[in-house]
Amino acid sequence: MSDFVSRIGTAPYVGPRRTAGSVGDAIFEWLCRGAGLIVLLTLGGIILTLFIAGLPAFQHFGLGFIFSTNWDPVEGREEFGAFISIFGTVVSSILAILFAVPVAFGIAYFLTELAPMWLRRPVGTAVELLAAIPSIIYGMWGLFVLVPFVQMNIQLTFGETLGAIPFIGFIFESNSFAGTSLFSAALVLAIMILPFIAATMRDVFEQVPPVYKESAYGLGATRWEVVSGVVIPYTRKSVVGGIMLGLGRALGETMAVTFVIGNANRMPQSIFDPSTTIASVIAMEFPESLAGSLQQSALFAIGFLLFFISFVVLATSRWLLRSRLKG
Amino acid sequence: MSATDAARLSFRDPVAARALGRRRSAMDRFITIFCLAATAVGLFFLASILTTLFWRGFAALDWTVLTTEFRPTTYGDDTLPKGGLLHAIVGSLIQVSLATLVGTPIGLLVGTYLAEYARDSALGNAVRFVSDILLSAPSILIGLFIYQLVVLPIGGFSGLAGVLALAIIVIPVVVRTTEDMLQLIPATLREAVIGLGAPKWKMILLVCYKAAISGIVTGVLLAVARIAGETAPLLLTSFGNNVVSFDLMRAMASLPISIYQQANSGFPDLIAIAWAGALLVTLGVLAINIIARVLLRKKS
Repeated sequence: MSDFVSRIGTAPYVGPRRTAGSVGDAIFEWLCRGAGLIVLLTLGGIILTLFIAGLPAFQHFGLGFIFSTNWDPVEGREEFGAFISIFGTVVSSILAILFAVPVAFGIAYFLTELAPMWLRRPVGTAVELLAAIPSIIYGMWGLFVLVPFVQMNIQLTFGETLGAIPFIGFIFESNSFAGTSLFSAALVLAIMILPFIAATMRDVFEQVPPVYKESAYGLGATRWEVVSGVVIPYTRKSVVGGIMLGLGRALGETMAVTFVIGNANRMPQSIFDPSTTIASVIAMEFPESLAGSLQQSALFAIGFLLFFISFVVLATSRWLLRSRLKG
Repeated sequence: MSATDAARLSFRDPVAARALGRRRSAMDRFITIFCLAATAVGLFFLASILTTLFWRGFAALDWTVLTTEFRPTTYGDDTLPKGGLLHAIVGSLIQVSLATLVGTPIGLLVGTYLAEYARDSALGNAVRFVSDILLSAPSILIGLFIYQLVVLPIGGFSGLAGVLALAIIVIPVVVRTTEDMLQLIPATLREAVIGLGAPKWKMILLVCYKAAISGIVTGVLLAVARIAGETAPLLLTSFGNNVVSFDLMRAMASLPISIYQQANSGFPDLIAIAWAGALLVTLGVLAINIIARVLLRKKS
């Protein structure tokens, strides 16, 4: 259809008005295409800038940059390794996904199957409003409300009960009682990505043809059997896509995490130890680093790694969500 | 237990059939309760964030906060003058409005390109993909990019750099809504315009944009709401400033940055001001979101 229209729009046609039209058409089309090129150039520019500015650090430390756990910006004994921040980024995001997915599924199930019609819109809007709240607000709320709560009520209970489990108990025991920890960061991230995952799930659950569900109900299936046997298999790809979208968001989240993770450049032994993420290290150290210093180059280099990780996750998410829509 | 097993069991043995039925409905009830609880948890967090914000924000929000610049902590001494957020409010208004002015036309043109010129072309698909990636890419990396591109050549943090970083965030939001809205316009409308002999660009500018205007405005509003709370990229571009400044070539304050700095200062009076700022930002962002929703609902 659009092909047909565009052929008409630029068709060579004799006559004064038509000529004026096609000049205008050519100009407008190039304006639009130029804007599209700006978008391509921006992303290309981001990748190139991060890589070039990070190159001195990559060259100086080689492959060890990714695996080294030393991060020491003190002058004279500068040493930079990305492993701790990569570890913190990945672990906090994966924990966040583990917390958020069951709750998001519950909300989507509630909104599509359980809730009466009059309740669906207000509850759906409320969940979407969670997505609109700026990350700095999550950070402040996390620091002044969630962190004290984790410190007082969660950390000790977990440490005393789950800490007794052989072999993996140490994950829940920490000597740090500040409350700012990987766990707090993951909890804040989980609340932040909850609306994205829940909204995607709700939207794709609604796309399941009613006939499929009705035939399952007709066979005597319970509501849960319809959802687990028909709705989830039908929407599996998009559901995973939605989860990946949430993961992509969590990986790059900066401010909320910076407030609650404790920003410690040590390898965490437990989920209640303070840690750091790539984005928080950049936010904490970049404004104070010297232009052209090795530290600044190392910060660009971890920025490049963050871009790489989130690019892979976001591209996968998009592929999963798109391929579903098309067929 | 598969469905055929269940059928066979219930056919042969009524006791087993009843047990199976009980198990199935118990499972269903368990999931129902779990989902109700999950929804309650989600709503509880929203309520907790909003009540904390309103409670502490309104306690600290007064005329002084809106009309004075930053002042250092008073250490609880009431005779010393209190500071405020005027510098941050002014800086945020300048940067957000300029970034919207820069980003919107580009986003609009890109959305038009995707919907009207390149629905299935290779370049169109590439632009669509990259725009989607930019929509969710870590915003702090956009800050690093602008730092290298603008801050280093100028030789210092500047409002201009902040504007450009925010503009990059505006573009993909506007692209998405513009493309979606233009694609909703029925083909018959386009055919009618072309059939009257209008060139394509007039069709787009005078008819398609008019038909999609509420959706496009919604996209712009959502973009404004998004950048109004952005902090991370500004930390590396406009950085923050303690006085009211209109100079785009120098560091410029913004509400999110002031909130970040004052919330982490450790002084109760500064933290209170940070809550007031947080309340202002959230009220603005939520109001814009609700207006955008109403606009979109009118359309449909």
